[in-house]
Amino acid sequence: MDNKINLTIDGQVYTANPGQTVLQVARENGIYIPSLCYHPRTGKAGKCRACLVEVEGIRGLKESCALEIKENMVVNTRTERVMEVRKMIVELHLANGEHNCIACEKNGHCELQDMAYHCGIERPHFPVEHITAELDTSSEGIIRDSNKCIQCGRCIRACNHNVMHEVLDFGWRSGDMKVICDDDKPMGESSCVQCGECVQVCPVGALTFKNAKGVAQFKELKKTKVICTYCGVGCSIDMYTKDNKYVYSMATEDNWEQLPNKGMLCVKGRFGFDFLNREDRLNTPLIRKNGELVEASWDEALDLVASKFSEIKEKHGAGSLGFFTSARVSNEENYAVMRFARGVIGTNNIDHCARL
Amino acid sequence: MQEADKGNVILVIGTNTTWNHPVFGGMIKKAVKEKGIKLIVADPRDIGLAKLADIHLTQNPGSDTALLMGMQHIIIKNNWHNKEFIAERTEGWDEYVKSLEFYTPEKVSELCGISVEDLNATAKLYSTAGRGAIYYAMGITQHSHGVDNVMACACLQMILGNYGVPGTGVNPLRGQNNVQGACDMGGLPNVFTAYQPVINEDARKKFADAWGVKYEFLDDKVGQTVTTMVEHAGDSIKCLYIVGENPMMSDPNQNHARHQFEKLDFIVVQDIFLTETAQIADVVLPAAAFAEKYGTFTNTERRVQYSFQALNPPVGAKYDHEIVAEIAKRMGCKDFPSTVEDLYEEMRKLTPSYAGISYERIMNKEGLRWPCPTEDHPGTPILHGAKFSRGLGLLKAITYRPPVEYANNEYPLTLTTGRLLQHYHTGSMTRRSKVLHGIVPSGYVEINTVDAAKLKIKNGETVKVSSLRGNINITAKVTEKIKKGVVFIPFHFAETAANILTNDAYDPVAKIPEYKVCAVKIEKI
Repeated sequence: MDNKINLTIDGQVYTANPGQTVLQVARENGIYIPSLCYHPRTGKAGKCRACLVEVEGIRGLKESCALEIKENMVVNTRTERVMEVRKMIVELHLANGEHNCIACEKNGHCELQDMAYHCGIERPHFPVEHITAELDTSSEGIIRDSNKCIQCGRCIRACNHNVMHEVLDFGWRSGDMKVICDDDKPMGESSCVQCGECVQVCPVGALTFKNAKGVAQFKELKKTKVICTYCGVGCSIDMYTKDNKYVYSMATEDNWEQLPNKGMLCVKGRFGFDFLNREDRLNTPLIRKNGELVEASWDEALDLVASKFSEIKEKHGAGSLGFFTSARVSNEENYAVMRFARGVIGTNNIDHCARL
Repeated sequence: MQEADKGNVILVIGTNTTWNHPVFGGMIKKAVKEKGIKLIVADPRDIGLAKLADIHLTQNPGSDTALLMGMQHIIIKNNWHNKEFIAERTEGWDEYVKSLEFYTPEKVSELCGISVEDLNATAKLYSTAGRGAIYYAMGITQHSHGVDNVMACACLQMILGNYGVPGTGVNPLRGQNNVQGACDMGGLPNVFTAYQPVINEDARKKFADAWGVKYEFLDDKVGQTVTTMVEHAGDSIKCLYIVGENPMMSDPNQNHARHQFEKLDFIVVQDIFLTETAQIADVVLPAAAFAEKYGTFTNTERRVQYSFQALNPPVGAKYDHEIVAEIAKRMGCKDFPSTVEDLYEEMRKLTPSYAGISYERIMNKEGLRWPCPTEDHPGTPILHGAKFSRGLGLLKAITYRPPVEYANNEYPLTLTTGRLLQHYHTGSMTRRSKVLHGIVPSGYVEINTVDAAKLKIKNGETVKVSSLRGNINITAKVTEKIKKGVVFIPFHFAETAANILTNDAYDPVAKIPEYKVCAVKIEKI
C-alpha cells in the first residue's frame, strides 16, 4: 500500500494507516499510553488528559487519543514533562476518592491502578479526603461505588450512544457532580435494563458485577469465546470462568466491531448463565419404575432406549416414532439427531421448536 | 441485522425487539436516533421501540394481514408502487390488484381498530420514504393464518421493490439461538440438510449413500411436525424422543397437551434440568449445556459461528451427539459418527450451502453467512439479490381470515402471549439465574387501565384468567401500555402458565399454533 504513514514514537519508526491516532498506533505496537476517558468503544472524550504526549515541533502537550498521525511525526510518550502530568493526574484521582485496591473487584485489571504503577506512585502525595458515599447495591446485577468513580464519562457515552438505553448521565454541579441514573434514582429503581455495558467500559472499580463479587480475582479467571444460547441474534461472548464455574460475561473485548453484536450484550447474555452452576443440573440417567423416576446407569438407560425404539418400530413401524430436535443444541448435534431419525430409524417425523 | 441502518424506513411488526432481540433492538434505536431512519411500529402494546416511532399503530391482535394488505391498497391507489420491479421480477399482478379491492381503508380500519388517517399516513411514509425493511418475529407467524401474514409482508415488499439491496427485505427474527441451524440441518419433517426435499429421489439416494443404508430404507414421505405429532399421540405416534425441548410448557392448550403425552407408550427426554416434560418421561438422559461443548450455531442472519468449550459438563452428563451415537450403536449402526468433527465434516459434504464453511475459517472470527459453497467463497449477506429462488416473485391474492377465536360476550378480552426481556422461553434456564430471577421472579397479566377499572381490578391484585381451555390465577399489572381490550401474559412461568389458556388451533400450512390470539375473561377472586 502506498498511502501508509511513517512516524517515530520514542525513537522507533512505525508505519501506520492514515486516519489513525497516535494513541491507536502506539497501542498497536505495544507502547503504553494510559487513557482514562478514551476507550475504543466510546471514542475520544478529551477529559482526562492521561494520554498526553510530546510532539516535536508542537508547543505544549497533545492528547494522543485525538491526535491524528502525520508523515514524519516525532512523538515522545515518556518525557519528563509527560510523566509529571501523568503523575499529577493519578495523584489528584487518588486524593479525590477511595481507591483502595486490596479487595476491589478491579484489582489487577484497573486502568488507574496500571497508571499509578507505571508512574511509580506507592503512596499518594496529597492528603486523601474521606467522604465515603454509600454504595448503590439496589440493582440485581451491578454495584455502583461512586467513591471510586473518576468521572471519565465512558459509561455515560456507552449507555447513550452504544446500547441506546439512555439511563446514565452526569448530574449536579461542580464538586457535587456525579454519574446518575435517570433523575438520580438508585440504579435498581431506574429505567436501567442491566445490560452491563457500563461495567464493561468502566476503567476503575466504580461499576462492577454483583454476582462476581468475592468469587474470583481477575488473574484467576479463564476466558473462552462462546456463542450466547438465548435469542437468534447469536451474540459472541467472552465467558469468564473459574474452577469449572461460570462467573461473568463480557462481549468480544478484543474486537469491538466484531459482528453480530459489536461488543454489546443484553441482561440475559450478561447475567443469565449461572444456571450452568446449579446443583439441580441432571447428572445421572433416570428410568421410570413403578411410576417413579429412579436413578439408573448409562448402560441401563441406553440399552432400554435402544430396545424400546426397536420394539416400537418392529410393532408399529418407523413412522410411529417421533423426534424433537432442538434450537438449543449445535448444528452438529442437530445433524446427529436428524441422521439418527432418518438413517437409523427410517422416519421423517423430525421437527423442533421453531413453531413454538 | 447489520443492514438495519442502510435503508430509509423500517417497519417493525409482530416483534418486541428491545425485549426479545435486545442487542438488535439497540441497533434499530441507533439507526433511528443517529441516522434519521424512519420507524413504523405496529403492535397492540406500547413496546420499547414505539417511543421512538414516527408512527405507532396499535392494531387488534390477529388483524395483521388486513393491515399489510390495506397499506398496499392505498399504495397502489396513490401510484406509490414500483412498477418496474413488479414488471421485471414478479407475476400475478392483475389478479393481485383485484384481490386488494376488499381491503379498503374503511374496512381495514374497522378490522384493525386503527384510524383511516393513521393507515394512510403509514402507507405513505412506508412507500415514499425510500428503501424499506420489514422486521418481524412470532407476532406475525404464531397465528392460524401466519402464512398469510408472511405472504402479505413479502407482497408489500415486492410491490415496492424492496429486495436485494441493504436496508430492504423481509427479515424474520429467529427467537432461539439455533433455530436457523436446526432448520438448516434438516431438523424438519420435509427436508434433509440445506432444504433438500425428502420426497426428491436424488436427495434420498445421496443421503442413503453417504450413510451406508439402502435407498429404500429412507422414508419417502414428508413426516409429521411437532404440532401434529402431539395431536396424533397414541394413534399414529407411539414414542417421542425429545432433545432439549420442553413442550409440556411451550405447547398451546397445556392441559390437552399433557393428556396427549400421557397416551404415548414411551417418552425419552434428553435435557440439562428435570423440566416439566422430563418429569413425565420414561427415560431422562442428562446432557451437556451450550458452554460445555464446542461446535457451530447459526444465527438469525444465517451467520454460522463457532462456539468454544468453556466448562466441563457435570460429572455424569454426556454430550448430545455422544448419546445419539450410543443409541445408534446399540441399534446396530456401527459407523454412526461419534465426534463433533466427524459429524460436521460429513454434514458439509452433503450440504452445499455449508460446504465452504470450515471450522478454521470461523474459529475466533465473526462467522460466515451461508450460502458459502466453496472454501474461497466470502459468504452471502443478502439473499434474493438478482433473483428470487423460485424465479419470479409471486404476488398471491390473500383472502382475509380472522383469528379462530376472538373476544365475545363470555370471553370479552383478547389474550396475546410473549417473552420478557429477562426471561427466555419456558424459563428452565433463566428462572434458575439469580439476577434474572431477582429482577422478575414471577408472571403477571398486563391489562389496560380502562379494562381494569371496569372490572374493579387494582394493580398487584391476584385475578383469575380463564379461556375455554383452562384458567390460572395471576397478578394483575394495570398499565396504559397495552391496547384496551387486549391482555398480555408472558409464557415463562409454570405456576401461571399462559399456555393453559392459549388456543391449539394452528396454521394449516406452517402448523404454527395461534399463541398470539385467544379469547379470555378476567375475574376478581
